[in-house]
Amino acid sequence: MSAPTSTHAHAPAAWQNPWLLFGIMAALLLLTGFGQSWILALTILQLCMISAIMTLGVNVQWGYAGLFNAGTMGFVALGGMAAVLAAYPPVPEAWSAGGTGIALSALVIVGIVAGVVIARRQLTGLARLLATLAVLVLGYVLFGQVFGPATDAIEAVNPAQTGFLGGAGVRILLGWALGGVLAAGAAWIIGKIAIGLRSDYLAIATLGIAEIILAVIKNEDWLTRGVKNVTGLPRPVPYEVDLQTDPGFIDLAASWGVEPNFLASVTVKLAFIGLFAIVLVTLVYLAEKALHSPWGRMMRAIRDRPDAAAAMGKDVKRRHLQAFIIGSAICGIAGAMLVTVDGQFTPGSYQPLRFTFLVLVMVVVGGSGNNFGSVLGGFLIWFVWVQSETLGFAIADLASTVLAEESALRAHLNEAAVHLRPVLMGLILVLALRFAPRGLIPER
Amino acid sequence: MIDIANAFILLSNFVLIPAVTYGAQLALGALGITLIYAILRFANFAHGDTMAFGTMVAIFLTWGMQALGWSLGGLPVALLSLPFAILATVALVIGTDKLVYKYFREKRVDPVIFVMASVGVMFMMNGLVRIFIGTGDINFADGSRFLIRAREFRDMTGLDEGLALRTAQVITIVVAVAVMAGLFWFLQKTRTGKSMRAFSDNEDLALLSGIKPERVVMVTWIIAGALATIAGVLYGLDKGFRPFTYFQLLLPMFAAAILGGIGQPIGAVVGGFVIAFSEVGLTYAYRRVLDYLGPEAWEPDGLYQLLETEYKFAVSFLLLVIVLLVRPTGIFRGRIV
Repeated sequence: MSAPTSTHAHAPAAWQNPWLLFGIMAALLLLTGFGQSWILALTILQLCMISAIMTLGVNVQWGYAGLFNAGTMGFVALGGMAAVLAAYPPVPEAWSAGGTGIALSALVIVGIVAGVVIARRQLTGLARLLATLAVLVLGYVLFGQVFGPATDAIEAVNPAQTGFLGGAGVRILLGWALGGVLAAGAAWIIGKIAIGLRSDYLAIATLGIAEIILAVIKNEDWLTRGVKNVTGLPRPVPYEVDLQTDPGFIDLAASWGVEPNFLASVTVKLAFIGLFAIVLVTLVYLAEKALHSPWGRMMRAIRDRPDAAAAMGKDVKRRHLQAFIIGSAICGIAGAMLVTVDGQFTPGSYQPLRFTFLVLVMVVVGGSGNNFGSVLGGFLIWFVWVQSETLGFAIADLASTVLAEESALRAHLNEAAVHLRPVLMGLILVLALRFAPRGLIPER
Repeated sequence: MIDIANAFILLSNFVLIPAVTYGAQLALGALGITLIYAILRFANFAHGDTMAFGTMVAIFLTWGMQALGWSLGGLPVALLSLPFAILATVALVIGTDKLVYKYFREKRVDPVIFVMASVGVMFMMNGLVRIFIGTGDINFADGSRFLIRAREFRDMTGLDEGLALRTAQVITIVVAVAVMAGLFWFLQKTRTGKSMRAFSDNEDLALLSGIKPERVVMVTWIIAGALATIAGVLYGLDKGFRPFTYFQLLLPMFAAAILGGIGQPIGAVVGGFVIAFSEVGLTYAYRRVLDYLGPEAWEPDGLYQLLETEYKFAVSFLLLVIVLLVRPTGIFRGRIV
């Protein structure tokens, strides 16, 4: 964020009233309910809320601190993995087959790290370099000896059903917290390296870490089941099937004059929405508290005038690291929530456009630095993202009315409609940066 | 002796030649990134998708030419469509500059806003490419696939290992060498090239001595667009075209540019080859090489692969991290703003 673009002199325009904008957003969702279907409207609302939480996280990084994180996807995926590791029941056979090996491998890694640290502290010059290399090579060989057989043994246990260690079998809500912790840990490591360098380098480094996190998740089958996906995760809310067969519930539906299936679906979605609302409201409250505390003012001062802030004795690098970790943790929580509502963990579904750059569009459009703006951006852009597909199909339909029923072009158009989304999103981002760089609800 | 020759051929076949080819492709891509960085002073996230766009145009033209029955003998027709694809891509990048980046340049906004804008451009290019050509794998290399076949080589030399040399690999190396030579000649010897270097070194001084900034910017986009198209087409001829892989090339290309010293053309070239050799070298399974080189009775167990192929991105990333930690300016002392 550059100083000249973030002058605080402009008063917001009349239409920039948050109440009005959130009202419009609510109207859009209601319109979807009346015009298309209520199930769709509620599904969109669920994802709007999760998007809003991701947006809050990215806003702490980009809005508060001016840090460009191009690896949000990685932290969201880590959160998703955390949900699996917390909630999936443990697989005892896999643990007995390879648990010791994995524990030994972890020990080897600890040994390598300790060895390198000791070598670097105690020795100097050529001896230091040689000792470091020796520890690394020896450690690598040793690691290969214990790790390979252990993972092979784990992946051989009932590969069609499990083939991984499973999770802790605790409540999935604990996985949300674990998601935040894992993401924060990864952010600490990457932040230590990349923060303090110029802004583009952080973007490139985070782009890389996201790819690597995803590569690990996709390939370490013993841990995450990889691209074989983990399905059937436990839920914090009742299942539709249970409600539909519950006599009391059927009676209730009958007394209200609605289909039990419909009511069950709506109930489950509303239960999720209630849970998400608790998280969202808590996070908005905390984020607002932080923003209007001395800490928040300091962050903004560092963002707008880093040199002046440093001259005042503020540790710019340390504060940036803090904002980066907090923001990533929030994204991790959102990632765990997303997997919870899906009921499954599908590593193949994590795409940078969808999970990194789209969230960025949300923050910029909503209003960088303003938490309510970010939430609005999350809601609005997710809504547009979903509905633009409908629009794309409509356009394809319109274009294909003049084409023959089974023409190749018509099929192509239908297929292409999905890809209208990124074009639209790119357009929105560029237009927002140019004509409303401070977003719908600007920072105050 | 025969064993050593066999091991060498094996390494050439699976490490040396692929790495040189891939390195040349990365170097061409990284050159575009580094030039934009030197002149416009931002990391262009849209570069990978610019490559995809240029390649897409080349593929469409190639299909058209194939339909007309054109052929270049043993060479792929894509070489004939390349100049036109370059024109289209240059038009596109100049168009985006006029519509998007020019405004921010005049406003003199922070570089990170440029990066954001380039993300927007990336989104649009990405979507357009997918709308026009879809997301699947496309192989558009025609002509003869091999210059030397593994079996011919074995028959010729009497060795156990065969050396296969694909046409796309030779084309990549020849074209890349020619393009790089041309580019360095241009930057070093011509008036425009010199004004570009002057602008990169010291913008104010360059303006003072009468260099027109908009002209320099325009030339930069022309070169970057051309380099992106060439790199994209060569990569596509070699490994097939798929839009998503072009996005994924961003990381190794950025790593190459930073490793060499961002803003330094020679650095981008060296960086490209360093990244390519590390990536290919670390993910190759050396088992059969050791078979030849090890003692008689020794049968190596395991693949002797340092890193699984799926983790090849980790190589670019690790090199990037090491450079950022040890020497943030890169090998050739690039600029750090």
